[in-house]
Amino acid sequence: MSGAAASGAANWAAALQSLSLFAADPIGLGGISLRAGAGPVRDRWLKILYDSLPPEMPLRRVPLNAGDDRLLGGLDLAATLQAGRLIEQKGLLSEANGGVIVLAMAERIELGAAARLRSVFDEGVVTLQRDGLSRVLPARFAMVALDEGADVDERPPASLLDRMAFLVDLTNVSLRDIDFDDWTGTESLKARRDAVAEERAPPVVIHAGNQAETDKAVETLCNVAAALGVDSIRAPLYALRAARVAAAQDGRTEVDQDDLSLAVALVYGPRATRLPQQQQPEEAPPEPEPPPEDQQEPPPPDDDDDKDKIPDLPLEDIVLEAALATLPPDLLSQLASMSGRGQVRMPGRVGQAKMSLKRGRPIGTRQGEPKGGARLHLLETLKAAAPWQTLRRHAREHKSERFEVRRDDFRIIRFRQRIGTTTVFAVDASGSAAMNRLGEAKGAVELLLADCYVRRDQVALIAFRGLGAQLLLPPTSSLVRAKRSLAGLPGGGPTPLAAGIEAATALAESIRRGGRTPVITLLTDARANIGRDGLGGRPKAEAEALESARALRALGIATLLVDTSPRPNPFARTLAAEMNARYVPLPYANANALTNAVRSAAGV
Amino acid sequence: MTRPVFPFAAIVGQDDMKLAILMAAVDQGIGGVLAFGDRGTGKSTTIRALAALLPPMKVMQGCRYHCDPASPDTWCADCRALGKGKTVTVPVPVVDLPLGATEDRVVGALDLERALTGAKVFEPGLLARANRGFLYIDECNLLEDHLVDLLLDVAASGENVVEREGLSIRHPARFVLIGSGNPEEGELRPQLIDRFGLSVEVRTPQDLPTRMEVIRRRDAFERDPAGFLETWKKAQDKTRKRIVEGRNRLAGVTVPDASLEQAAKLCMALGTDGLRGELVLIRAARAFAALEGDKGVLDRHLRRMAPMVLSHRLRRNPLDEAVASVRVARAVEEQFGA
Repeated sequence: MSGAAASGAANWAAALQSLSLFAADPIGLGGISLRAGAGPVRDRWLKILYDSLPPEMPLRRVPLNAGDDRLLGGLDLAATLQAGRLIEQKGLLSEANGGVIVLAMAERIELGAAARLRSVFDEGVVTLQRDGLSRVLPARFAMVALDEGADVDERPPASLLDRMAFLVDLTNVSLRDIDFDDWTGTESLKARRDAVAEERAPPVVIHAGNQAETDKAVETLCNVAAALGVDSIRAPLYALRAARVAAAQDGRTEVDQDDLSLAVALVYGPRATRLPQQQQPEEAPPEPEPPPEDQQEPPPPDDDDDKDKIPDLPLEDIVLEAALATLPPDLLSQLASMSGRGQVRMPGRVGQAKMSLKRGRPIGTRQGEPKGGARLHLLETLKAAAPWQTLRRHAREHKSERFEVRRDDFRIIRFRQRIGTTTVFAVDASGSAAMNRLGEAKGAVELLLADCYVRRDQVALIAFRGLGAQLLLPPTSSLVRAKRSLAGLPGGGPTPLAAGIEAATALAESIRRGGRTPVITLLTDARANIGRDGLGGRPKAEAEALESARALRALGIATLLVDTSPRPNPFARTLAAEMNARYVPLPYANANALTNAVRSAAGV
Repeated sequence: MTRPVFPFAAIVGQDDMKLAILMAAVDQGIGGVLAFGDRGTGKSTTIRALAALLPPMKVMQGCRYHCDPASPDTWCADCRALGKGKTVTVPVPVVDLPLGATEDRVVGALDLERALTGAKVFEPGLLARANRGFLYIDECNLLEDHLVDLLLDVAASGENVVEREGLSIRHPARFVLIGSGNPEEGELRPQLIDRFGLSVEVRTPQDLPTRMEVIRRRDAFERDPAGFLETWKKAQDKTRKRIVEGRNRLAGVTVPDASLEQAAKLCMALGTDGLRGELVLIRAARAFAALEGDKGVLDRHLRRMAPMVLSHRLRRNPLDEAVASVRVARAVEEQFGA
């Protein structure tokens, strides 16, 4: 378990344990997120999962771009027109009632789609209010999220992960780690599942009498969650559920310490944000929750009989210790790499391009077919068909009264798409800027942010200092986050102006590819003094900056340069001219002037 | 078909949110409640628990907008045309506006079924259904823009005007807007924020005993919903009684000039925009006094209400979001003493 070589196999084993618990009670355990690239390892795991689920259980694959009509349901147009009365089409979520949905490329799910899933998941019903239909359809399901994220930040939306008991990571599992013939054979899983199925009338039952036992388990799980820094309130609920399933799989009706340890390892392990304070070799004084220490938070007094086995340690310590042993050995380094990022993660792409036939304000209808996401305008379609009915009726062999709609009659809704703007702030946080007025620059950015907020634009933040530029905040419409990353912006170091301009340009280009309009706001004192090669020297740095400025100009992206030097810097003006940017010296810029400058740059 | 709903009285902690919802139930005129905060804090649970608490209301029989027999001036065209009619008692509607709802279902539209057979009949939407009740939007910050526009208009006028598909209909649509969301996932339009009378910030409980109690109750509920509801029936009844009594007392609660002055001073100190903050503050303080069983508005009522009423009305410095409630608390302290 300690070597890196073992961890792939260990992860695989843990993944199968999660799978086995999940398969026994999918809906009770909410879901399982599977982080792995597409490939034989993931396929193998999924095959075992599918084989372990009861064959009659519905299983629906939800593609990434599933629209509301497929997800939630809607009107079945063809059938409606055919029948002359409303015929609804079930959505994937209500089709999956009592079963499992598989979310493909879950790391790229949009926030809006995640919110819809989340809300149906929580309610256990689809509240359908669409296309003239008003229905409440049962939809209790578990989620399997296929997460192919490559970066740490590329993960399924946190709101979905929070609703899944298990977060499985197979990224470092290779085929060698998988023993295809061993216990993990589907047969044994199936056998266990059947055993569980027989035991439980309702899924996994704990006797009503042992409330004390439950209380103790709850207390243990809450304490351990605190020790591991697991903040979610759903995690202990899922851990409790997982422990019960483990007990039931073992043919027991009561949860024991092994069940709790297993549940903690599988449910809390991937969510841990800190390790409990380890026992220090030299320091004796007990800190809160040192695993092998004497009890300092004694559990409830009325638990004399079940403490026989373990007279010395509180249950939570034993559970914690057992769980720690199963945590991946590189957890600490993972945690270290995560710290500073906060718990907020970007979903794959916020604010991606929206098809103009699907979103925005309806501005009328036109002839066309309702495919590729375009919505049929029923009334207009019927209107278009109406004048021809008599003719068509005569043309038919059988003189039925059916209302006939032909392809030419289809009218689809046109939408006006408000193309969103994303303002990229590139902030010079170098030593000279810091000395000059990084504070004021931050203030100016805040003002501009406020303005972007009013216009519901997205913002992104790049800082450049020292040896290069860094993307502090990918495009977002959350000001809370923009504010946070701005506040944490340190100053100091040389001014890699060219790197800053290039980073802003690259980001703006990718924003444009995503279908939004980029606007660059560059805040700098333009005292470039370090080149791309990391060597000092003003002339070379300035030449490079001008070069990148020209590259930016070639793209024709609206740009604003805010000169933050104490007195207007001639080079900043030259640079602005070179990139065809609007030039605003900060000393003369009050809030309104700045805001207006950005507005006019953005063309709004 | 729906799952049993977790009882309001059994919700652990989240006192601000629970109070705000009770207040909206006592005086629907306060305006809506906005609950913003972390995941998994029971925002939705709390709001959904509201329906079971509300005492039923009297409506005109057969009216699709549940017109109030007691106030004919708010009647819809149908009720007006009929004049007096029979009345019936129905539960107060708590209507969900789900994400993914289409505009036709929100405002109402041509009844498609009938349209296919050639009849032009209006099929009322969610706004009609929510009249005199509550309209709940979960994740209201993710609601599509055109729906937000629509809501803003209707919430301001109390009337839904439908001009589409050859229909021309207007009907009363007065409802209490309840919204929830997670600010990490996107901001709310300032205009929509302004429509909410009260706003509360919800956080994941951090102390161990509270967390344990949350889990224990949740677990007990999931294992035996019927039994759990039975256990909490008494407490639920008590809460319902509080609402009813609060409503009955509301008209009699006096607002001394001193309180008006305090409210005005507080709003001035905080520089809130417009008069709305002041009005809502007084109104909320009255409802709170009624809920508490007091005969007149006292300083402590204003103090308790000020953060809920004013935090979201401070002149917007959107980057200062987190400390809005702190600013209100400071102003309150300065004015009323610690």
